[in-house]
Amino acid sequence: MAGEAADVPASARSVGPLRECIEMLGTTIKNREAELNMFRTRALVAGLAILLAFAVLVGRMVYLQILKRDYYHTLAEANRISVVPVVPNRGLILDRNNEVLAANTSAYTLEVTPSRIKNLDAVLDDLSNVIEIQPRDRRRFKRLLEESKNFESLPIRTRLTEEEVARFAVNRFRFPGFDVRARLFRNYPQGEIASHAIGYIGRINVADVKRIEANGLTANYKGTEHMGKQGVESSYESELHGSTGSEQVEIDAGGRAIRSLAKSAPTAGNNLRLTLDIKLQKIAEQAFDGRRGSLVAIEPSTGEILALVSKPGFDPNLFVDGIDPQNWDLLNTSLDKPLLNRALRGAYPPGSTIKPFLALGALESGKRTPQQSISDPGYFQLPGVAHRWNDDKVGGHGSVDMYKSIVASCDTYYYQLASETDIDKTAEFMRSLGFGTKTGIDIDGELEGVLPSRQWKENRFAKSASDVRKWYLGDSISTGIGQGYNAFTPMQLAHATATIANDGVPTRPHLVRSITDVSTGKIKSTAAAINASPPASLAIKPENIAVIKAAMAGVPKEGTSARAFINTGYVSAGKTGTAQVFGLKRGEKYNEARVIERLRDHAWYIAYAPADKPTIALAVMVENGGKGAQAAAPIARAVMDFYLLGKLPDVKKIKPAESDDESID
Amino acid sequence: MLKKSNLQKAMMRASINRAFHALSRSLDGPLMIAFAVLAAISLIVVFSASGALTFDRALGQARNFGVALIVMWIIANIPPQTLMRFAIPVYLVGLGLLISVALFGEVRNGARRWLSLGFATVQPSEMMKIGMPLLLAWYFHRKEEGLNIKDYAIAAVILIVPTLLVMRQPDLGTAILIFSAGFFVIFFAGLSWKLLITGGVIGLASLPFLWNFMHDYQRDRILTLLDPSNDPLGAGYHIIQSTIAIGSGGVLGKGWQHGSQAQLDFIPERSTDFILAVFGEEFGLVGVLLLFALYLIIIGRGLMIAINAPTTFSRLLAGAVTLSFFTYAFVNIGMVTGILPVVGVPLPLMSYGGTAILSMCISFGMLMSISTHKQLVST
Repeated sequence: MAGEAADVPASARSVGPLRECIEMLGTTIKNREAELNMFRTRALVAGLAILLAFAVLVGRMVYLQILKRDYYHTLAEANRISVVPVVPNRGLILDRNNEVLAANTSAYTLEVTPSRIKNLDAVLDDLSNVIEIQPRDRRRFKRLLEESKNFESLPIRTRLTEEEVARFAVNRFRFPGFDVRARLFRNYPQGEIASHAIGYIGRINVADVKRIEANGLTANYKGTEHMGKQGVESSYESELHGSTGSEQVEIDAGGRAIRSLAKSAPTAGNNLRLTLDIKLQKIAEQAFDGRRGSLVAIEPSTGEILALVSKPGFDPNLFVDGIDPQNWDLLNTSLDKPLLNRALRGAYPPGSTIKPFLALGALESGKRTPQQSISDPGYFQLPGVAHRWNDDKVGGHGSVDMYKSIVASCDTYYYQLASETDIDKTAEFMRSLGFGTKTGIDIDGELEGVLPSRQWKENRFAKSASDVRKWYLGDSISTGIGQGYNAFTPMQLAHATATIANDGVPTRPHLVRSITDVSTGKIKSTAAAINASPPASLAIKPENIAVIKAAMAGVPKEGTSARAFINTGYVSAGKTGTAQVFGLKRGEKYNEARVIERLRDHAWYIAYAPADKPTIALAVMVENGGKGAQAAAPIARAVMDFYLLGKLPDVKKIKPAESDDESID
Repeated sequence: MLKKSNLQKAMMRASINRAFHALSRSLDGPLMIAFAVLAAISLIVVFSASGALTFDRALGQARNFGVALIVMWIIANIPPQTLMRFAIPVYLVGLGLLISVALFGEVRNGARRWLSLGFATVQPSEMMKIGMPLLLAWYFHRKEEGLNIKDYAIAAVILIVPTLLVMRQPDLGTAILIFSAGFFVIFFAGLSWKLLITGGVIGLASLPFLWNFMHDYQRDRILTLLDPSNDPLGAGYHIIQSTIAIGSGGVLGKGWQHGSQAQLDFIPERSTDFILAVFGEEFGLVGVLLLFALYLIIIGRGLMIAINAPTTFSRLLAGAVTLSFFTYAFVNIGMVTGILPVVGVPLPLMSYGGTAILSMCISFGMLMSISTHKQLVST
């Protein structure tokens, strides 16, 4: 049949009439033939279409695998490899005797990536059945949330116990987006002690990021979540931070690290050894006994700061994981201003503590000789002016030379001196002692205070009428006893006192003694850096310094602070001060009990010891403490006793000065 | 003694030969070779795509091929005339099941595709992939006299009803495959070019209307195809990751078990629908071209069998089955390489999965039956 079928069309093609004949013979054969031809044509068309389709697919493959291969290869590698920063350990902070002031502890935190959670509050409610989440934690978290980008991993609970970690692990599947991580935490074992000097670290915020970017440190801060915000932690950030390492890890589609491909280790931050003596610091803080104020103690020969107190303080540990709003409000709105570093940023009128410095200025300028005496009737009057500037002591001190003016703190002597001295000359000399300028301490935030002069008043009242801007003789006279426009920081007083103690040679006050490179163990002293820019040397005559030192030595011996310094085992020198408070600042809340307390005078005491070869110089200020001799001098006594003798004074042997004794100051 | 044992050996060899011949008589050489090579590649790639840690999937796939091979041999031994008798029952049972699915089907992943039979759940649309070309080939075989419009209209009804039922499940991928299988029969039966072209034009013109009938997820897939970056974490993720995998494979590939996209789980459905991405990444353009060559051998051989087939039924069935095979391959490859929308179509004889391999082997069995039984019919 197959043979026949092949024959018939051949003959049909060759012989026309025969073909018609056969067509008539059987339509079946013709139909089959036509159908077969049609099928073959269609199979051919289909085959060609398929070849065309495969050509398209091959083209696509060539495009993807040859032409765009590098592009897709890069994408695949980017998918595969993730570079994870490895954050260095932060350097430790130690005191001068290697007591730990700031350390790192490892703890578990529960973290959450907010962008992965739809209804955060509901999930947190659910989570609190597994792990305790207090309202405090929630508030703190809310605050963090506002400050951060929502794809960051933020801690909701820190310092989880092992049991809590285990409980979360069991329930983990219920909380996608939550993770337990082991983290290093900054820990301040001393709590409130020396909080203003040490400072604290906190989470990096938007402003920090900008600063980091501006300093070109973005790469080094990848993965770092905290940085120094205050004190040494902030000012020595570059030493403490260390350099960030990196690790290349292979990750899967879920972002989980599968294995480490390469690693460059981080370099831990340097350890800082401070000049602070934390035991002395503790004694000093206790001596304040809940009162507000500040103390700065300096080693005069080196400028090393032995104690830097600002009371009240705060617990720096609160800031580490982000402070909760309740504690923040408490610290921030308290009338006692615990966050204010009074030592560097509190400017107060110095009261009579200014007298030794003004006396030194008078000796240097030749305005006074040590022996030159005045007669003190109990007040000072300018010729032809009815107004009297009263002395503290009714009836006056009688005949007063320079020694007595300091020992008995005679106001009239200084009213008169101020009336004879041009304010600009006074300001120039005082500036050389560091008043009205930054002392150059190695932590940030120091204020310059106010050192009044004609130019200062002109600037201060620039918007007022010319008669307000003008400097009057009366202005000079009140500055003569440390009132008026004067306002200095305890740091400035301590620095100037240390300069006197060091025979007129100023040193740069500093808090960091040495820096240790943890990886090599090498210690680099900061002395070189500090000595690289010593304060301008003062050309003060040694005999003039000697006069002042002798007078200051007389103060605790037979002068205003004699009662506080009875029976010391060493010879000290000092000067009391009591500064008037003029009134409440605007914006402070009215509170009767408070107002009365806050209108009281600020108590001052500056001192150094031993008088012949001083190893410690200090300034104490008790805010609204009253008389310097009563409130401030005993604190100075306690600190110097502890530093020089290793014990505290016997309180019973020190009789408090009577409050109505006008001659005290 | 020596002679005798030689004789015994020769006899034994002869009987083994005879047995082998009897077994393989019904099988088609070129198809078997291509099938065996594909199965081997599939096992290798499935092992790699399942994380290369366990043999579970590769062994499962080997079992799928084993079962499918037996079914293929059985079907290859059934003469085409007998196959023709299955046409009506298979189609009707399939249609009945599809209607049951529409009425009482089980919903999984938002689609009503499965029917619970108490002891097992089945997907009747799979059955229709075979039933449709069988019935239409039988239908046109009966109409050996010239075909008129009425015949085509009836064929169209046979074609459209199950397609719509599957589309409503909704399962666009399978609906397309069922429709094309039936359509290829009508095409080979002689649907006039004029009608084909007008139909094509009307089809294109009706696309906007079709858009209105689509489900959101289907529209998403089409939109995503046009711009995968539109939805990089949703529907676009599949396309982005599979094109990265294939492209990064380059000419020679990254090597077996060394595809980072595959091994690190960036490719979704990597051992099933997207297995080509794994293959392309690890074996490169060379591997892909080898795969294409194997597919073209199968398609070419299928068309040869169809052309040489003695009856209308076997011609139409062979032609339709072959073009369906091509359609499977093209839709899957197009989807994985990002030139067609994502529809759930496995890569024939490569993707992991028993059902797909089984239905593919039934088609192969029918092709072989047609190829080896032509003498019987023609005499």
